[in-house]
Formats: sequence, structure tokens, C-alpha cells
Amino acid sequence: MRRLAARSALSPFEISIHSGPCAAREALALLFDSLTCLKLEAEETCLVRLVMAEMLNNIVEHAYPDPDRPGPIHIACHHEPDGLHLSVSDEGLPMPDLQAPLGLPQEIDGPICDLPEGGFGWFLIRDLAKDLSYQRLAQENKIELRLAVGLLTSD
Amino acid sequence: MEVSAKTEDRFCVVSVLHERIDAAAALEFKDAVRHATASAPPVVILDLHRVNFIDSSGLGAIVAAMKHLAPQRALVLAGLTPAVEKVFALTRMDTVFGIFGTLDAALTAHRG
Repeated sequence: MRRLAARSALSPFEISIHSGPCAAREALALLFDSLTCLKLEAEETCLVRLVMAEMLNNIVEHAYPDPDRPGPIHIACHHEPDGLHLSVSDEGLPMPDLQAPLGLPQEIDGPICDLPEGGFGWFLIRDLAKDLSYQRLAQENKIELRLAVGLLTSD
Repeated sequence: MEVSAKTEDRFCVVSVLHERIDAAAALEFKDAVRHATASAPPVVILDLHRVNFIDSSGLGAIVAAMKHLAPQRALVLAGLTPAVEKVFALTRMDTVFGIFGTLDAALTAHRG
């Protein structure tokens, strides 16, 4: 019961940073500072780190492709019994066709010289995140997703 | 991005000394490995035991290193930590690389 009480102690929080080469590192450090009280398992931490790194790298690379024109990135997080609910928004370029990429698996069965060096990011996000949705709102991209970590079981 | 390289007759061990190969480090990693393996023997063992996080950019950089060494030289991986192993498993890249649980296992296999 003590563990349940500790896990529920996470209050909703928000993180705001600017895009740039180290944006993902900066945001992840802030995120994990806030998540300390959840006492996530190593595997759960790994999942959160990976999905959020990919989300943030995508924004830095595609939403704000011009390094001389960085912009804000905003993360909102709250904890529910089914995991962490995250909302990630930016004011950069919209997704192509106003849709989040499908993140299909890469073709890796060919010769070494044809192996892909990119395109794994959305595959990992789609594979690991739940209930992902993308919205283009006026000048803003907003992705909401759930990470099934820190689950609260009713017993 | 610092790496250390140690060459024996038939292989060379390149150890990554940083704990992450992420988007911010991927380019430096590629350059460092390229530099360290410029005159490498036919097998390059990439020792990843200190690395506790890679993202898709880091994975792409490791693939790029393998492509750069091919076809004359092979890149094999050793000492993957659980977080790194997971990225390779999820993307099925663990089927593309030779992977050894520990550096010792890789050394034994290639000295034999």
C-alpha cells in the first residue's frame, strides 16, 4: 500500500524548452527529475526515455529544421492508473499530410549496403506508445500519447 | 565522442567511452569510429558495455559504421546493456549484426 500511495503522488507537471541539438537531453533530464517519485523500473524508464527521445528528436529535426530559427517545445504530463499521459506540442512545421507517420518496419533483409540508417524513430514510437493522436491546431502540432508505465493496480 | 581502439592481429576492439549514443552524439560517433578503424583488420568489435542509451539516431550511426567498414571488414557488437539490446530487438537489427553478450565472449570467439 505504501508503494501505491507513493506512485499516486505524482502531480501533473509541464516542461517547456527550446528546440536545438541538445533539446532531447535537456527535456529528458527535466522529465526524469519530475518522475522520480514514481520509482519506475529500469525497463519502464528505458521505454519512457526512448519514446520521448524520438518524439523530441523528430520535433528538432522536422518541425524546426532551420537551426537558426528554433522554437518552443512544450510537454505536459499526468499520471493515471493506466500509465503516463503525455502531450507534446511545438509551433513548427506541420506533419506531412497533417498525419503522424505510420512508422512501418524498415526493410532490413537486403545486402548490408542497402540497410537503412534512419526511419526507425516513428516505428519505435508506434511500437511502444499507446493511444497516440496527432492534431494540427492553428500554428501548433500536438501529439498525445500514453506510456503504460507506473501502472496502478486495484487490489 | 571518445572511443578507444586496441588492435590485435585479426581484429580490433573499439570501445565507446560515453554512456549514450543519441541524436546529439551520432555524428561524432560515426567520425570517431571511422577514424579509429581507418586501418583496421577484417573484424571490428564494437564494445558497447558502457553505453546505457541509444536512440534511433544512435542505431543509424552504428549501421552507418557497419556499412562504412563493409565489404572488406565486419562489425560485430559486444556487451549490449538491456536498453541498447531492446532497441536492436525492437527494430530486428539484432538479426543483422553479430552480437556477443560480453567483450570477453567476442574476444574468445575471434581469437580461436
